[in-house]
Amino acid sequence: MTDIIKEHMLSNFEKGVRFDGRKFDEYRKVSVEYGVSAKSAEGSAMVTIGDTVVVAGVKLEVGTPFPDTPDQGALMVNAELLPLSSPKFEAGPPSIYSIELSRVIDRAVRESHYVDFEKLCIKKAEKCWIVMIDIYPLNDAGNLWDAAALAALAALKDVKYPEFDGEKIDYSKKTKTPLPLTHMPISITVMKIGNKIIIDPTTAEEEVIDSRLTVGISEEGEVCSMQKGGNQGLTIEEIDTMVELVIKKAKELRSVFKK
Amino acid sequence: MSEIKINEREIVVPGEIIATGLDYLPAGFVFREGDNLISSRLGLVSINGRFIKVVPLTGDYIPKRGDLIIGKVVDIGINGWRIDMGWSCEANLSLKDATSEFIEKGSDLTKYFDYGDYIMAEIYNVIGSKLIDLTMKGPGLRKLGPGRVIHVNSAKVPRVIGKQGSMISMIKDATGCRISVGQNGTVWISGTEPEKELTAIKAIEKIEAESHIQGLTDRVKEFLEKNK
Amino acid sequence: MAYDKRFDGRKFDELRPIEAKVGVVKNATGSASFRIGKTWAYAAVYGPREMYPKFKQDPEKGILRCNYNMLAFSGSGDRVRPGTSRRSKEISMVTEKALLPVLDLSAFPGAVIDVFIELIQTDSGTRCAGICAAAMALADAGIPMKDIVSSIAVGVIDGKIAVDVNKEEEDYEDGMADIATAMTTRNGKVTLLQIDGFAKKDELKKALEAAHKACEKIKVIQIKALKDKYKVNAK
Repeated sequence: MTDIIKEHMLSNFEKGVRFDGRKFDEYRKVSVEYGVSAKSAEGSAMVTIGDTVVVAGVKLEVGTPFPDTPDQGALMVNAELLPLSSPKFEAGPPSIYSIELSRVIDRAVRESHYVDFEKLCIKKAEKCWIVMIDIYPLNDAGNLWDAAALAALAALKDVKYPEFDGEKIDYSKKTKTPLPLTHMPISITVMKIGNKIIIDPTTAEEEVIDSRLTVGISEEGEVCSMQKGGNQGLTIEEIDTMVELVIKKAKELRSVFKK
Repeated sequence: MSEIKINEREIVVPGEIIATGLDYLPAGFVFREGDNLISSRLGLVSINGRFIKVVPLTGDYIPKRGDLIIGKVVDIGINGWRIDMGWSCEANLSLKDATSEFIEKGSDLTKYFDYGDYIMAEIYNVIGSKLIDLTMKGPGLRKLGPGRVIHVNSAKVPRVIGKQGSMISMIKDATGCRISVGQNGTVWISGTEPEKELTAIKAIEKIEAESHIQGLTDRVKEFLEKNK
Repeated sequence: MAYDKRFDGRKFDELRPIEAKVGVVKNATGSASFRIGKTWAYAAVYGPREMYPKFKQDPEKGILRCNYNMLAFSGSGDRVRPGTSRRSKEISMVTEKALLPVLDLSAFPGAVIDVFIELIQTDSGTRCAGICAAAMALADAGIPMKDIVSSIAVGVIDGKIAVDVNKEEEDYEDGMADIATAMTTRNGKVTLLQIDGFAKKDELKKALEAAHKACEKIKVIQIKALKDKYKVNAK
């Protein structure tokens, strides 16, 4: 099996250059647009990284708390890889890739305690708010990991509670109250190709990665979630370098979020 | 009384009336409905004497005998290789058409072309629209080495190549890259300097985006000068 | 009580504001976005590509396969459960039937042309917005066609013909007829016709005539969106 493209990519890497001219730790242009589905969703956002476009929306429901957390609300993250966004995705039940993407983002949001679950409780053991985030790529040009995570976080930031009279929700009327949010995490995925560590891969780069590490960083610069993927191993030094890179880039991405 | 409604080199969409009257005759992607000549594609109007055709701006490659294409080996069987040309089905490369050597049946075909190899081949037979036969016997036909592969719309390939190869030669000279262009829109680029490769690619993408706007050659020349 | 003034103040033959854009999904062979009022549909075409499973292939011509889907947060109330529903399957089918009459698929035997329609936000007229987007996406993809299909929903409310009904009008308390149409405006043929509610025969005829006029306006916008993609300013 030959891969002339990977061979050439690695030889370009030795010369310090990626196919699109970026440095190894450089992001493509990142932009966030809030409220793209404002009429239907309680909160929504569209994130573009280069040509990758992802849209996320939040719907709120009132339900019963889980028996083991009677004083907390609930959160659900669902990412669906729409066949509209890439010739690689097929219609049908969620693939393992979409499940992994959903769970990695869920981990970052949940473990960072970004949403204050206790404040989602309406009546202990009886009623609580349930936050449902749905994430969809509209064009996959690489790095859905980061684009989807950013879209989910931005959509949460955009949420306004609908009117609730204690019994029924009136979705057509929005209040001015946002979700009880604390410090926002940033999730960044780092890739290893050959012996180079790069961020924000394009589709061509994603096809030849050896390892991938997704790291969630809290506002204080602490690691709050992590997921390793890819078929090759990583040394401890490599992991250390990657985490340091993420902490540095997280600061940059935060500035994109100043609403 | 015949009348031209949309002029030469103007953009037309499917269903639009290009001309009325019986003086004009429909050619490629134009059909007659009563008095009207109508476009069936999104493209540019081209009037040649009495014939009106539409040169498409978009859409898939239609394979033709004699076309040189670039494709990737995706399957190897007993009788040869299956090549993906980025079109709606795959093409065949048989043992007898692969090289000037004699290849014995049952030998290890990966020695010649392996999974993932890119080749420049010639279409020598198209049956219906599904069966395409390729040959590697001919000048310039070969396995391609490490390089970058991009895809442009096949409708733009003539502009990328230019009159008698003038456009592509200009890009090759300015960037020092080896470039092979397949009629199916697949382009292979290999240079010694990654930055120059990127310049060549950007020049080709510029041609793809602006091919229908006058003065293209000068703009590409300018772009190559600026990025020396 | 007669319906003399529309809830949102529009004239009876007035469409909500429309925004159309072509080429929004770079990975697709052809794509388009169509927004009418608050309803926002995205459509992407992939293909012609080999049809799997092979036994479904048509040896004489290509097959059009439409897939209509609403994003979970695009509904007007509760979250929409992901996955296909009977409603989405039906809309996928009528969308195919609305588009097929203009398409020439004889050049693509054995192939499939997939059209994916996603609704990002909905405020009534969703299947119509999907069809408008899909028609542009197919033209953008270079599929040969005789005309561009345009689509609009017309309401009969207390005997009044109202073009492009919104959600409030759909929910009119005294009942109304919601007529979804798609047309090829050059020859005035109807390729989609669905009615929910009661309408008299002459009301139906008036509604279809109003739909034809509205579709002509929509077609102008669809044509402009297709041409605008190529009106690139030389850089």
